[in-house]
Amino acid sequence: MEIYLDNSATTMVRPEVAKLMYEIMTKDYGNPSSMHIKGVQAERYLREAKEIFAGILKVSEKEIFFTSGGTEGDNMAIIGAALAGKRRGKHIITTVIEHPAVLESCAFLEKNGFEVTYLPVNAAGQVEPDTLKAALRNDTILVSVMYVNNEIGAIEPISELGQIIKEYNKNILFHVDAVQAFGKFRIHPYKENIDMLTMSSHKIHGPKGVGAIFIKDKTKIQPIALGGGQQKGMRSGTENVPGIAGMAMAAKELYDKFDEDVDRLYELKKYFVNEISGIEGATVNGLTGRDSAPHVVSVSFEGITKSEVLLHALEDKGIYISSGSACSSNKPSLSSTLKTIGVKNELLYATLRFSFSVFTTKEELEYTINAIKELLPVLRKYRPR
Amino acid sequence: MYKAFLIKYGEIGTKGKNRYLFEDALCRQIRRALKKIDGQFVVSKEQGRIYVECDTDFDYDEAVAKLKTVFGILWICPMMQIEDNGFDDLAEQTVKYLKDVYKGKEMTFKVRARRARKNYPLNSMEINMDLGEKILDAIPQMKVDVHKPDIELNVEIRNKINIYSEFIPGPGGMPVGTNGKATLLLSGGIDSPVAGYMIAKRGVIIDAVYFHAPPYTSERAKQKVIDLAKLVAVYSGPINLHIVNFTDIQLYIYDQCPHDELTIIMRRYMMKIAEHFALKEESLGLITGESIGQVASQTMHSLAVTNEVCTLPVLRPLIGFDKQEIIDISEKIGTFETSILPFEDCCTIFVAKHPVTKPNLKAIKRSELKLREKIDELVQTAIETTETLWID
Repeated sequence: MEIYLDNSATTMVRPEVAKLMYEIMTKDYGNPSSMHIKGVQAERYLREAKEIFAGILKVSEKEIFFTSGGTEGDNMAIIGAALAGKRRGKHIITTVIEHPAVLESCAFLEKNGFEVTYLPVNAAGQVEPDTLKAALRNDTILVSVMYVNNEIGAIEPISELGQIIKEYNKNILFHVDAVQAFGKFRIHPYKENIDMLTMSSHKIHGPKGVGAIFIKDKTKIQPIALGGGQQKGMRSGTENVPGIAGMAMAAKELYDKFDEDVDRLYELKKYFVNEISGIEGATVNGLTGRDSAPHVVSVSFEGITKSEVLLHALEDKGIYISSGSACSSNKPSLSSTLKTIGVKNELLYATLRFSFSVFTTKEELEYTINAIKELLPVLRKYRPR
Repeated sequence: MYKAFLIKYGEIGTKGKNRYLFEDALCRQIRRALKKIDGQFVVSKEQGRIYVECDTDFDYDEAVAKLKTVFGILWICPMMQIEDNGFDDLAEQTVKYLKDVYKGKEMTFKVRARRARKNYPLNSMEINMDLGEKILDAIPQMKVDVHKPDIELNVEIRNKINIYSEFIPGPGGMPVGTNGKATLLLSGGIDSPVAGYMIAKRGVIIDAVYFHAPPYTSERAKQKVIDLAKLVAVYSGPINLHIVNFTDIQLYIYDQCPHDELTIIMRRYMMKIAEHFALKEESLGLITGESIGQVASQTMHSLAVTNEVCTLPVLRPLIGFDKQEIIDISEKIGTFETSILPFEDCCTIFVAKHPVTKPNLKAIKRSELKLREKIDELVQTAIETTETLWID
């Protein structure tokens, strides 16, 4: 049995998406910039993909650009906006719980003469609008806040933050990293005052190595990928046609059955949270209802010294999850989100993340709960003394 | 320019009647190392010297890098090989060689000719003098110094003429395969790969045993050990790696024995199991990366207690080394970066806050009596479920 509950790390590619990509790679493999029919055919896929994204976000097709994924989207938005806006000011605001793709972009800018304010979050992992209000300055040019946090599934009050920013100064750009939110929320950048929105394909059952970014018309961005001038010069490089078409198909499938799927995910989450909270010494971190993301549950277990051990024990039973956050296997540092929301020190190492997808079933969760109940006593018994 | 190498070996030269065995092993090891790169290399021995020749194109840097991994090689001398087209041609080519290699720097030199083919019209002394004169004429920056020259220009007259003056240090030691086999207790740490390297350097074939403890150690920790074995195998040649699942034994000891004795008892069982594989694979000894006093399980007292379970000699090449000295070697041989990857190994997961540092053999044996009910069966199962990988 294979139970994959690590969908915040990555997801399975839908077979129909893989099939479409295979067709494109072996038949419609033209370069969209070529003048002949092969190029025209390839370009058609790009157009269709733009239409799909524009439709979902309710924006114009010319505001959609394709990237190599969430990291590039975040880099491009933050560094690109900062470089283009540095004459208006050199102050940037973000939060302490952002993904490294955002935090490292900010750190890069700090080294290059920009000033960055890192907003704290409350115990639920959310930015308090007032702290943003207090942080805004005359020389602020960019605010970057994630839509959904990847470690605990907290939803940030994006609409409210967007309004505050634009009321203060409509020239300040608002970037939102929606890598964990896209596909789970209806996001309408115009309504929420978002200027730039980063999305990734492999979190929504599309292929890895591709992403999309919404950049509102007339937003000034200094491109960071320079070359042949593809995508109106905003992002040079031959477009990843099969990847883009695959991602668009994956997005379309999610939004076609959106309400039904999201409702079901919240039902699953409710069930899982209830069951797991019933286990002695288990604490679910952050909010768990409709006020949280439907697919992420972060749980700390008292009495286990290392979450990896429970992780590998579950792996033995075919259950795949993450400790804290998936990115941590490259950077074995403590999760900063968990620390900021006040998870006790001894539990920082004892926290696991379960993340669902539309393919997750209640039976799988039941099996997982039972496995945890069976393993915990053993792991609690054998530990360093 | 270089088409061949002269390989100079060290200690082999001092061996007596069985010297050919050492030379043959060295040739075999050189062939094995060069097989991994492009080029049709021919390795031959001739009058107490080993030549590596290549008629096809090859990447010089790559070839030197490979030769530097072959134990037994003391010096690698890249050679220019020319046909014998008379002395004037030899002089011309030699001058060109010196200009190419030393780029007209101010240096002193001496010519050292060897006339292996005795029908050559000039004798060695004559070649030394005449060639020296031609060089002095052609390259005014060069001066002769017969006592301490910067460049010792060797000219060997054989069927072809070999010209060489550069000496690249090899790793030394003795060719692998000339000294039996030993079984290395390989962990994911810094020390054990270095220990394996050092014993292989003395000509010993390496077999290895790794203990993993899922779910307490991860698949990545196991991969790390496989990677380390590969890095050691670059020098030692293929390694047979036995991967033993140690979890149940470890948990049983945890259940039955005093916690501060856990590590030392664990290590005794590791040695026992390693010895089982050593005997099975016809190894003549065990190898560990222990160094006196480095951790609680490596004090003199602890070493004595762990050693007691073995009948084979336990080789501890790092026994007198400080940590930094071991790190220096691991950096040199290229295992350090992999060794410091942060995956837990099975020795540290349950480690006591204050493990015994002066274990008493009698006390430890008394504690081990508490294991008698199930331990033999657990050891047997661990041995039977061991996975063996061929690492090349």
